[in-house]
Amino acid sequence: MSLLTVDELTVTFGGRGRKESRAVDGISFEVDQGQVVGLVGESGCGKSVTSLALMGLLPAKGLTIGGRAEFDGTDLFTMSPSARRDLRGSEMAMIFQDPLSSLNPVVPIGVQVTEILERHRGMKGEAARKEAAHLLDRVGIPDPTRRLKEYPHQLSGGMRQRALIAMAVACAPRLLIADEPTTALDVTIQAQILELLKELVDQEGTALLMITHDLGVVAGLCDQVNVLYAGKVVESAGRRELFAHPTHPYAHGLLGSIPRLDAPRGEPLNPIRGSINDRIAWADGCAFAPRCDRYEMGCLTGTPELGEPRAAGHQVRCVNPVLDDAKAEEVPA
Amino acid sequence: MLRLVVRRLLQLIPTLLGLSVLLFLWLDRLPGGPASAILGERATEAEVARINRALGLDQPIYVQYWRFLKRIFEGDLGTSVQTGQPVTDEFFLRFPATVELSLLAMLIAVAIGIPLGYLAARKRGGWLDVSAVSGSLVGICIPVFFLGLILKEVLAVKLGFFPSYGRLDTGINATEVTGFAVLDGVLTGEFDASWNAIHHLILPAVTLASIPLAVIVRMTRASVLEVQDEDYVRTAQAKGLKRSVVRGRHVLRNALLPVITSVGLLTGSLLSGAVLTESVFSFNGIGNFIKTSIDGRDYPVLVGFIMFIAMVYVLINLLVDLAYSIIDPRVRVH
Amino acid sequence: MAVATKSEKIQRLAELTAVSETSTGASLWREAFRRLKSSKMAIVGAVIIVLFVLIAVVGPFLAPYSPSAQTWRGEVFPNQGKFVGARDGNWFGLDHLGRDLFSRMLVGARQTLLVGIVATLIGLVAGFVIGIVSGAAATLGGDTGRRIDSVIMRFIDMMLALPSLLLAVSIAAVMGQSLTTVMIAVGVVQVPVFARLLRGSMLAQGNADYVLAAQSLGVRKRRIVLSQILPNSLSPVIVQATLSLATAIIEAAALSYLGLGNPDPAIPEWGVMLAQAQRFFSYAPAMAVYPAVGIIITALGFTLLGEAMREALDPKLRG
Repeated sequence: MSLLTVDELTVTFGGRGRKESRAVDGISFEVDQGQVVGLVGESGCGKSVTSLALMGLLPAKGLTIGGRAEFDGTDLFTMSPSARRDLRGSEMAMIFQDPLSSLNPVVPIGVQVTEILERHRGMKGEAARKEAAHLLDRVGIPDPTRRLKEYPHQLSGGMRQRALIAMAVACAPRLLIADEPTTALDVTIQAQILELLKELVDQEGTALLMITHDLGVVAGLCDQVNVLYAGKVVESAGRRELFAHPTHPYAHGLLGSIPRLDAPRGEPLNPIRGSINDRIAWADGCAFAPRCDRYEMGCLTGTPELGEPRAAGHQVRCVNPVLDDAKAEEVPA
Repeated sequence: MLRLVVRRLLQLIPTLLGLSVLLFLWLDRLPGGPASAILGERATEAEVARINRALGLDQPIYVQYWRFLKRIFEGDLGTSVQTGQPVTDEFFLRFPATVELSLLAMLIAVAIGIPLGYLAARKRGGWLDVSAVSGSLVGICIPVFFLGLILKEVLAVKLGFFPSYGRLDTGINATEVTGFAVLDGVLTGEFDASWNAIHHLILPAVTLASIPLAVIVRMTRASVLEVQDEDYVRTAQAKGLKRSVVRGRHVLRNALLPVITSVGLLTGSLLSGAVLTESVFSFNGIGNFIKTSIDGRDYPVLVGFIMFIAMVYVLINLLVDLAYSIIDPRVRVH
Repeated sequence: MAVATKSEKIQRLAELTAVSETSTGASLWREAFRRLKSSKMAIVGAVIIVLFVLIAVVGPFLAPYSPSAQTWRGEVFPNQGKFVGARDGNWFGLDHLGRDLFSRMLVGARQTLLVGIVATLIGLVAGFVIGIVSGAAATLGGDTGRRIDSVIMRFIDMMLALPSLLLAVSIAAVMGQSLTTVMIAVGVVQVPVFARLLRGSMLAQGNADYVLAAQSLGVRKRRIVLSQILPNSLSPVIVQATLSLATAIIEAAALSYLGLGNPDPAIPEWGVMLAQAQRFFSYAPAMAVYPAVGIIITALGFTLLGEAMREALDPKLRG
């Protein structure tokens, strides 16, 4: 049985007289024990909202959540708030995008680490401090005892993200959700942080839900990849399969748009046209149609269904998928 | 820390020097000049001439200013026209009363304002929020002396719940030690005097608290609303922390920082308000004496008191800044 | 699947995307105005202000009696606590000199508005000039400029070191009792507020990335900064001016209470009326309550509108 099963998750903002907008529009996916699953897409595709919905961190007012999400067999959305709080930080933990703004500026790092130990592991005083130092050491922060007394602004960007990771793994959670954990960091630091995450996941057997727009991150880390567009999964496959045979025109375009060093000089880059705002409602057809080179009249008759046009387990939501591998050969496997 | 204090103290010097120039020029420009400021308006010409000579007013203006400055440093701010006593003595005689009043007013404003602003933000749009916000808007629009007048008339004169004027009842036997009436009662064991002084303080303090209260409610509310949406609050929630910890350590601790700064700035409006409030309740502090000095054209008192008040105000803001740098680690480093 | 021409496909797509098009092009000002119109606070404030201005303009013509004529002098004995309350012909009753309170309220509205406007204008204009000089020196003047700026700011600090009422009192004491005195005294108190606003706006302009960008293209920094200050600081200045009108009216009343208001009985002003009435408050509270309520409601009107504008213009609150 899967550790996390998300079934037809919807998140709708607005309502009550205001214009409704559906940020997440029926997303389904699974995360198995110890598996690394990617949610990939541009900003605005609903990936962050999905992660916040799963953690129960969306505001209580102004939106409605639909569908089911089961963690280890229990429905997250029908759970009592206090049971959910017991789960958060201990069983499922989260790492955020911007490490500086995600740390409390006026509370020492040490307190921000020990408070989670006090809450979920019942540790106190010296024991908690020792464990906190151990955690900081484990995520690669040098001189941890001194760092405990310091404040977030005294740490470098990479150190801050390490500290946040230390807090997230403090209770050895079974599921870790990382929302763009490297986006705000320098490239060299990005690689270090990804390496650290990989290490932790491998050692502890923690499942990781990786939310990113960066295909490089996906290629290096994920077992299973879900490509999101305008609140829906448009393609879902294993990493190797996806990179070898991107089949939805959007996924195909994403991979094709990566500049390649071995391309001949003067070869133009292949960006996807337009932005995520150039879209139509899923009810009218494929939301990606306005930006799609392969768009046909058939794309405009209702939401395309997820199918498996290429291989079993490789789901694609497209009427006119990319099945000829001529172009895909340019893409690294 | 010490370096910060020293640097801030040094920064005060130009401000205070400039202020002294301003006050000197002011005194010089007063109708009739310093002579009549010292002697009052009923001075004869001969007297004025004698004073002018005595004060060296025939000398160049910078010489005059230098003397003025020297006198200030010697603590000599002239004598009050009304009482004939040195202005400095008059100030320190009345200072404790105003401090007592202002402290109580600030206490009321903080003790009510912060919880009220916090609850209003928590239940944004609810009845408490709406009434707190509209109440504070009305609060800053009521002239302080009118509020005092109404409170005095209704609660003191008509209903008799509180005394309507003064610091102590005339029949009360109080020994003076520090000049702080409430404290003196406690020190000497005359608890009835303490109680009587508190009783006298309540209405003026409530009146004086009105504006700081309104400001603190709005500041706290706005600040909590802003901090609530910060990423680090979300992080705290993601850790599954108890609600009380999220609210106390992560929301309030950050939200109160700007409120603390505003408390310092509010002491200025408190001192302005004290002039009005004290005179409504005939509360014998600095404010009341300023009012009678305006009525009696007692310029040496006005100049001296304004100088003192400016110093007090600047020092309070210095203290608030220092307190802030202790509470906010981001400021501490610099 | 029907075979469609390219133009048909484009047409169909355009139809579908047109529906989901949101109004993105609305300018900041239009957006702010739209928010303002839907704000209850703004509407209440605007209605109060319109009414008040209307009274200030036509009030003096509507007043049934002269505001200074002591017509019913013989009926009022302040020393014995004998006053005349509301009655036919004198709807608000009489004041302590036997003058018609209703007429005085009507005529007084104009003076109150005048004090508020002139005082705010004084603060605005002087603050504007000081702020721009200081800001320009700091952003454009190099080391010397920065020194000039810090001297000006020390001066502003000094003004702020005096509680506003005492600053006004000092000015009023030098200038003597008159309406002009009150306006100047209250106006000077507002100067630092506007000066800081303008300087802050200019410093922000000077450090903005687009200024750097334009500079790198060879545009003179001075031109950019000066051409951007006005449009960029306009909204905060309007907000501050609206709020200052409220403060000015209240502060003027306080000066009157301290005995520094306009002594001319022929020109009634709400602050002066309130100040005079407080002596007789025990016997004739109405005499104080009318002008007080007038002041409170007017100040509230300006405060409500000002706060609503501030909210409407604050990008952080937009959503």
